[in-house]
Amino acid sequence: MISNKDILETIKMIRGENLDIRTVTMGISLLDCADADIDKACVKVYDKITRLAENHVRTGEQIEKRYGIPIINKRISVTPIAMLAASAKGEPVKFAYALQKAADTTGVNYIGGYSALVHKGFSAGDKELIESIPNALAETSKVCSSVNIGSTRAGINIDAAALMGRIIIEAAKRTADNFCFGAAKIVVFCNAVEDNPFMAGAFHGIGEPDCVINVGVSGPGVVRSAISKKEMQDADIGEIAETIKRTAFKITRMGQLVGTEAAKALGVPFGIVDLSLAPTPAVGDSVAHILEEMGLEKCGGYGTTAALALLNDAVKKGGVMASSSVGGLSGAFIPVSEDAGMIDAVKAGALSLEKLEAMTAVCSVGLDMVVVPGDTDVDVISGIIADQAAIGMINNKTTAVRVIPAIGKKEGEMLEFGGLFGSGPVMPVNRFSPGKFIKRGGRIPAPLQSLRN
Amino acid sequence: MRAVITVTGRDTVGILAKITAACASANVNVMDMSQTVMQDLFVMTMLADVSKCNIEFTALSDKLKECGKEMSMEVHVMHEDIFNSMHRI
Repeated sequence: MISNKDILETIKMIRGENLDIRTVTMGISLLDCADADIDKACVKVYDKITRLAENHVRTGEQIEKRYGIPIINKRISVTPIAMLAASAKGEPVKFAYALQKAADTTGVNYIGGYSALVHKGFSAGDKELIESIPNALAETSKVCSSVNIGSTRAGINIDAAALMGRIIIEAAKRTADNFCFGAAKIVVFCNAVEDNPFMAGAFHGIGEPDCVINVGVSGPGVVRSAISKKEMQDADIGEIAETIKRTAFKITRMGQLVGTEAAKALGVPFGIVDLSLAPTPAVGDSVAHILEEMGLEKCGGYGTTAALALLNDAVKKGGVMASSSVGGLSGAFIPVSEDAGMIDAVKAGALSLEKLEAMTAVCSVGLDMVVVPGDTDVDVISGIIADQAAIGMINNKTTAVRVIPAIGKKEGEMLEFGGLFGSGPVMPVNRFSPGKFIKRGGRIPAPLQSLRN
Repeated sequence: MRAVITVTGRDTVGILAKITAACASANVNVMDMSQTVMQDLFVMTMLADVSKCNIEFTALSDKLKECGKEMSMEVHVMHEDIFNSMHRI
């Protein structure tokens, strides 16, 4: 029999340390739903999603009961809609309505893929789709959007960075009476991955099978608890890394089990486990608190980047061995509004936007759920996007920007989203303008892969 | 299929009797069990064969949870694979 100690450890992780499966996301290809008539295409989209995901939520709930492990979100990601918009004439926002309707029918809480991939340039449908994003996000509640504007192999599309700065501000303005939430549903990527199960940036890449199950695990609380044990108080850095690895292994094994069971029950292939440590605003479920547990007075002070690099790498090392297939974003997320420790650090003046930017060079994604003043200039937002993309492009990693201009709010005020999205303090922004640079337009060429200094 | 049933809470009279009676009525065979008291906290773990269970697994889980609630105990019924996958390589 399994030892009592192991059984109790698992139960303690789930009950006391917020261990959960953050999301089981079904990826669905919509390439066969393209049609020259947009209304026909929308019907095909709705029909295909509701057919394949009919039992998605129910299966998730059954697995939850069977293994006694909470699965917080059941979600769907689809082929970037710009590809369907390319062949259909008409308002792309109709696709957003079809996605919302399909999400309502299947019972998932978010559906991602109102997306375009424009890292090397815009093709048919891309600009129309991007222009429709503020409208689509204001008029739907479950649709999420992402745009990939750069990659290590293609460089950075500065025209797209300029465009996305404006789109983010418009999305915030369109939803100003709803905590500017539109902007929280857009992610601007560099090196976007095709199998990410996490919102808002999930989309179903074109290299993926027709239908697939991807799982995102969580567990900052478990990692923090593991390194806060009495015997770890005098541990050196190597021992801290070892402990994180061991913990990540256990967390990931659970994700692997849930993913394979869900895929088997639904009769679709199992894709990947995303190893991300995804924080929530709940007490004890914070990535910032892990860093502080390692010995930082406050997240954001000097040493933070080093501690985060250690954490991110140890999570990957532990997780890789636990799963047959690891993918997605896999690492530690640092969303400010969703992490109680990050919020505290901003309020205390320890964590600035500049430090967050440095942290994105070693974390799994990028500037995430960062609230900036509502009157931030559009060129400044585009500059933030370009800087993040540059970090991703040069370092061969995914980076992303999810900033929320808080319309009508100033530095120091709070924007309350509620639920998993938490609340974000409005952070001060460097307002010197990158306007001329951004307005030059064009593309930053792909970087050299040798002479790596 | 085998499940791990854990019961935790303050020690009281008749915990084992009630849980095993509930298992028996659902045609669940208890294969192994152990119990210990850690700092006032009563902990009982049981390995049970639920392959011939006459109700749905989720119903069994709810039933035992309810049974635990009556004694102010927390009961978890979980498929054994979750422990095997987390704690075995």
